[in-house]
Amino acid sequence: MKEENKSASGKGVMGGIIFFAGFILALIIGWVVFPNLLYSQKPQPMNFNHVAHQDSSCEDCHAFRADGTYAGIPKVEKCKECHESPMGSTEDERKLVEEYIQKDTEIPWRIYSWQPDNVYFSHAPHKAKKVECKECHGIMGSEKTLPAYKDNRITGYSKETMKMIVCEECHAERGVNNECELCHK
Amino acid sequence: MSEAEHAKSNVLYGMVIDLDKCTGCTACSVACQAENNISFLADDSNKVRSITWMEIYWLQNGKEYPDYQFTYLPRPCMHCNSPHHSPCTFVCPVNATRRDETNGIVSHIYPRCIGCRYCMVACPYHARKFNWYDPSWPQTMETMLSPEVSTRMRGVVEKCTFCHHRLLAARARAYLDGTELNTVTYTPACAEACPTKAIAFGNLKDANSDVAKLSKDQRAFRILEKLKTEPKVYYLSKHQWVHKLGDKGLSA
Repeated sequence: MKEENKSASGKGVMGGIIFFAGFILALIIGWVVFPNLLYSQKPQPMNFNHVAHQDSSCEDCHAFRADGTYAGIPKVEKCKECHESPMGSTEDERKLVEEYIQKDTEIPWRIYSWQPDNVYFSHAPHKAKKVECKECHGIMGSEKTLPAYKDNRITGYSKETMKMIVCEECHAERGVNNECELCHK
Repeated sequence: MSEAEHAKSNVLYGMVIDLDKCTGCTACSVACQAENNISFLADDSNKVRSITWMEIYWLQNGKEYPDYQFTYLPRPCMHCNSPHHSPCTFVCPVNATRRDETNGIVSHIYPRCIGCRYCMVACPYHARKFNWYDPSWPQTMETMLSPEVSTRMRGVVEKCTFCHHRLLAARARAYLDGTELNTVTYTPACAEACPTKAIAFGNLKDANSDVAKLSKDQRAFRILEKLKTEPKVYYLSKHQWVHKLGDKGLSA
């Protein structure tokens, strides 16, 4: 009887250690290994230096259209206004001028906040309600290099794509309608 | 959803369809099909499984010539306004279909839908359709799909949304122009396409709107009114037999 107890408690300590080691391992896999495996990093076609464009305001390039939709990233036409021929000597600008402006093709930017097909989002109400750009997009004006684009291997969406819970929380905090169809189409 | 009465709101979108003006041309149905990316079946003559949000019914009074009369009746989703719940929102186990308390539109969120089809059984108007197959379009049409409306996958239910995406676009414009949001009106694809202007759409709570006036017209009636589902789609007809057929099977 006594011996059985002893071996049982010995087993308990060993079991505890194995459980603890397994627990730590699971945490490492869950917090470090899996998130790194889930996202693959994809390069942007070139770097864009927001700091170098400080002489123009945000709205010069990121503007609303007359029908209330938001233009997002400007077309190569916009770049052409200043960069018809290189203004500086960076490799990125050479690429812009030679590969896109001179060939008149659009730059295939990867869009960080691209939403799924069934999501409707309009910048107009958010601008009217004085939500600042940086609240969702971060302070882009001081970015010298573009942030890494992380692609979810399963869904194919960017890591920066806003999750529904973030939209819902902000709407709830501000007392805005949270009905499904407000953002789903 | 709470069991309380509907929240007070100054906006309640509704539709009035004048059957005396309707010629049964089905332009509304076709416009709806194109606007809302409704997919095709390999055999669209199979009316049990084909999908349309705007069904055109053919009604007749059953009398012999010269008393014979017939009429067409286009039927979108009624966006029932009954207190607490519409029949469909009441039975949905996953909250995929809900009534927007601010404007009365009954929405349906496709990725949330589990395809149990309770709502189709509950709907007395047969306004809901089930996607039995993967959506498909003739190849040339795939490039013409509207980006404003998401396509539906196999295994979910879909129905008329009162062209809700057009409301969202109109509201975005109103935000930029600084227009009062409660005054925003828009035109669904069916009303826009109707060549005889038989379909009116607008805010039922706005006493000066066409729909508010027409819905109180003497010719106005609603389908299966006795079920107390309070549809927000009104019909106009000067013929009593049409009014009667609207309550078919439920005569007192």
